[in-house]
Amino acid sequence: MSTRLATGGRLLDKGRALEFTFNGKRLKGYEGDTLASALLANDQMMVGRSFKYHRPRGIVASGAEEPNALFNMGAGGKFEPNQRATTTELFDGLTCASQNHWPSLEFDIGAINNSLARFLPAGFYYKMFMHPRPLWKHVYEPFIRQSAGLGKAPRDRDEDTYEHFYAFFDVVVIGGGIAGLLAAREAGRAGAKVLLMEQTAHWGGRAPVDGGTVDGRPVDKVVEEIVSELNEMNNVTLRTRLMGAGVYDHGYLMGYERLTDHQPQAKGPRHRLWRIRAAQIVTATGAIERPLSFAGNDIPGVMLASAVRDYAVDYGVSIGDRTVVVTNNDDAYLTAITLKKLGLDVPAIIDARPQGAGALAEEAKALGIRIETGKGVAKVKGGRRVTGVAICMQAGEGAALEEIACDVVAMSGGWSPVVHLWSHCGGKLLWDNENAMFKPDVDKAPTGAAGEAFVVAAGAANGALKLADTVADAHAAGRKAAKSAGNTPMSGDAPKADSSLENPMQPIWLMPQGAKYELRAKAWLDYQNDVKVSDVQLAAREGFESVEHAKRYTTLGMATDQGKLSNINGLAILSDALDQPIPQTGTTTFRPPYTPISMGAIAGEARGPVFQPLRRTPMHDWHEANSAYWEPVGHWRRPYTFRKTPGEAIDAAVSREITQTRQSLGLLDASTLGKLVVKGPDAGKFLDMLYTNMMSTLKPGRCRYGLMCSENGFLMDDGVVARLDEDTFLCHTTTGGADSIHAHMEDWLQCEWWDWNVYVANLTEQYAQIGVVGPNARKTLEKLSDDDLSAEALPFMAWTDITLAGIKARAYRISFSGELSYEIAVDAGQGRALWDKLMEAGAEFGVTPYGTEALHVMRAEKGFIMIGDETDGTVIPQDLCMDWAISKKKDDYLGKRAQARSFMANTERWKLVGLETIDGSVLPDGAYAVTDGTNANGQRNTQGRVTSSYHSPTLGRGIAMGLVHNGPDRMGQVIDIPKVDGTVIKAKIVPPVFYDPEGKKQNV
Amino acid sequence: MMILTCPCCGVTGEETEFHQGGEAHLTRFGPGSSETEFHDYLFSKENPKGVHLERWRHAYGCGKWFIAARNTVTLEVYGTYAAQTTEPPQDIKDTLSAKVPGWSWREFA
Repeated sequence: MSTRLATGGRLLDKGRALEFTFNGKRLKGYEGDTLASALLANDQMMVGRSFKYHRPRGIVASGAEEPNALFNMGAGGKFEPNQRATTTELFDGLTCASQNHWPSLEFDIGAINNSLARFLPAGFYYKMFMHPRPLWKHVYEPFIRQSAGLGKAPRDRDEDTYEHFYAFFDVVVIGGGIAGLLAAREAGRAGAKVLLMEQTAHWGGRAPVDGGTVDGRPVDKVVEEIVSELNEMNNVTLRTRLMGAGVYDHGYLMGYERLTDHQPQAKGPRHRLWRIRAAQIVTATGAIERPLSFAGNDIPGVMLASAVRDYAVDYGVSIGDRTVVVTNNDDAYLTAITLKKLGLDVPAIIDARPQGAGALAEEAKALGIRIETGKGVAKVKGGRRVTGVAICMQAGEGAALEEIACDVVAMSGGWSPVVHLWSHCGGKLLWDNENAMFKPDVDKAPTGAAGEAFVVAAGAANGALKLADTVADAHAAGRKAAKSAGNTPMSGDAPKADSSLENPMQPIWLMPQGAKYELRAKAWLDYQNDVKVSDVQLAAREGFESVEHAKRYTTLGMATDQGKLSNINGLAILSDALDQPIPQTGTTTFRPPYTPISMGAIAGEARGPVFQPLRRTPMHDWHEANSAYWEPVGHWRRPYTFRKTPGEAIDAAVSREITQTRQSLGLLDASTLGKLVVKGPDAGKFLDMLYTNMMSTLKPGRCRYGLMCSENGFLMDDGVVARLDEDTFLCHTTTGGADSIHAHMEDWLQCEWWDWNVYVANLTEQYAQIGVVGPNARKTLEKLSDDDLSAEALPFMAWTDITLAGIKARAYRISFSGELSYEIAVDAGQGRALWDKLMEAGAEFGVTPYGTEALHVMRAEKGFIMIGDETDGTVIPQDLCMDWAISKKKDDYLGKRAQARSFMANTERWKLVGLETIDGSVLPDGAYAVTDGTNANGQRNTQGRVTSSYHSPTLGRGIAMGLVHNGPDRMGQVIDIPKVDGTVIKAKIVPPVFYDPEGKKQNV
Repeated sequence: MMILTCPCCGVTGEETEFHQGGEAHLTRFGPGSSETEFHDYLFSKENPKGVHLERWRHAYGCGKWFIAARNTVTLEVYGTYAAQTTEPPQDIKDTLSAKVPGWSWREFA
């Protein structure tokens, strides 16, 4: 059993006991524990079930590479699934629960998959769940949904807050181990502005556990000295619990800081996402130990040798009383020696290398540890916990030589540099034959804006695994980065370190090398996703030879640890199966983030009301106070309608607004409409190119409705243009088009007609605009103004400057409703005052403010098009029968040439008509009209579609507009429009203008 | 996320400050042009692996369009220049020749 030792625990404060809850059990740990170490101290080795076979899973590692120990953590608004126990610092009151089992961790129904394992190889789901189709929906999918999935999805809104933080540095060093510390010190001494980040809570990385000396002094002391030296430097920032999450183009670096995960009661944001620009990045990210592939290597109690050592030294935790060490390198001997010195039993070191280790072997022997060289593990015995190992000749097929009773197997298959951050932005890798690992190719680093290399790998992350090499490499890396960032490194030699690692490792990808199928099918590569040696070999046999294909077919490396443990072993098995060298197989792509980061951190502050900026018209507060039912329109909020009483139905409110406006008086806040001023001697010429109509002939004082097309010929915007004076036009755009049309104008002015003398300014927010609409509109304005507003002085499609309620205003006599209508523009600051005056003056006419829906219905009653309803980016003005708005006199305008292309000029295009349902009901918006026959897919042929559809309170029936094949020539014909429920609505083709076709009401 | 320098206002900013606007140095074909000319103008765009000249607008800055000479593979930016020109200026061509010997892009080299 695993237990807490009486002594030891470098990181613990044994004076501070903490209590936490695992699966409802109350357990004790100490300040400084990780959740993993505290669980192990309480003999909780088994922590979950695997994804596919639901096999028992124990803790394997001690850091970010842990694949098994994932928990549902917390409760309510602080609940979060898939939290990794090895990187979760223990705090008082922590609650967690294991995942992926039912009904309990100890007894799990899904474990039946384990006995079916030989029928569930790689690709099983792909092969099995194809046919017949009904089974997929009703049998397979529910089954998979029930059995798949790790943690539970949170139910409550996240209670915590998060933030983004922008920072700029000359040199950012990722990793606070001995290499990172040394690199940061060199860069700091050179005067560079440095950030040193460490993902855990502690400095030094593995060095204090692994030991060794630097310049004759113990490495843990050296770590403390460097940290205090860095703390003294004003140009160096040090941060623990800050992970380098991703490296991106041009020195962009994402950091993930966990501020309160270890102290959830603390105030302030929980996580902080650092968005850093660095001139140079040093990746001192260390190395991760690899498992060995032998049968039963997934049984709880089989751990990485380095992790066993970590738990003993850092947390004073013994994983078990009897530990068998299995290795192909010298490093794991340190684990055996450490355990033995702590008084624990190490029955044997099984070293696959015939020659064994160097000095460390002598030391182990002196401690009385039995060493078996050239041997391997044939099989691990045990179910929920290791009970022993059968050893065999590594060179053989797995015949057991003897069984050794033990409760821990500490394995080491060598080390892989953490090259993730080096690789994120294009850094290339080299295969190092001596250490059987990929390491950074220093000549092919990620490059920045000027083509310069901007990432330097340092220490173990650069393949310098021995302490002496690590120290020298990191020293050089810090200097190189500082120099590249424009600083001058100080003179001085690298510190000298010593290392007890002597003999080279020997790649062991399968143990024993000739393992039979029965053994290979129990030799795990990916513990969480249940990928075994036999699965990768099967993938290769079935033709998934590319590493990316094999990955997806087997799910190797697709678990939450993203292959940190499994990838190299899997690549080696694949390469062997394909009979090609490992570098030829290559690696899968390393993608950020390095370990999963919270969604909260990604969102930062952007949630709730500050998710995005809200644009408010000057009358926004009035609307808010008068029961506006809001509709988002771009970043604006516009009232969809105003409810007169809290209980008024939305559609009733809309009908009331329309009827009252048509009968007497309505007010519309039209401030969101785009208002672009186009000015200059060439303004008329410019607008002639932008609009399909002739704008240069417009007289000052007059307005003209215009259409704007893209160079593709498609209608993109519309609106009324007013000529303010000889040189100046004011172009109204749609609300959504204000910014894009402004940009469109700038594009043509700057990039095509840059010699034309025209300037454009977007004055959308400078003016408040109010539509005063209805038969009593003029009377209302006359109450507030001494200016002549008669039909003669201000005819339809004219504008004039007036004074209204003492406010300087511009009155445009334009109508989007078909009623007598004025749009009054005033300085934005006067908008609310004018609105109040108009409400007051209109009171005697029963004035009603109306929203966007009433606006839409009234324009549809009049057959006016709406950009985005009648247009969708594939519609040209000719489709909408708007040839009257296309100048025949102009040689050119944007879209003219495109509209002459054969498909555009085709007379068979669908064209705009009105649609009147026979039964008076409302057609579904976007519905298609069908015709005889079916297409190649067996679907009904179509002959048109509904573009706008409303209930018209004015006419008391449903009205619609639509694009119909040869529509204008088919007046009176009835077409079929099916609904999604299968019923069909019959609609008659009619002219699109339903109300006042002569336009008498607007022209009075 | 790239870093670009606007040649108009001189600001060096994050890519999110800018809007990309497709291939640079297009010749507009309007009414009177042939089907092929117009089709190529609208739809046949360069998609090189390597040196590319493309339009950018400093959308959240000075609002000006400019042209960036950059590498679509390495994202190296060789230089930026004002949009009011029909061909890359000599200093940009010189930089390209120095950094990418034998470069060519459409009719320019």
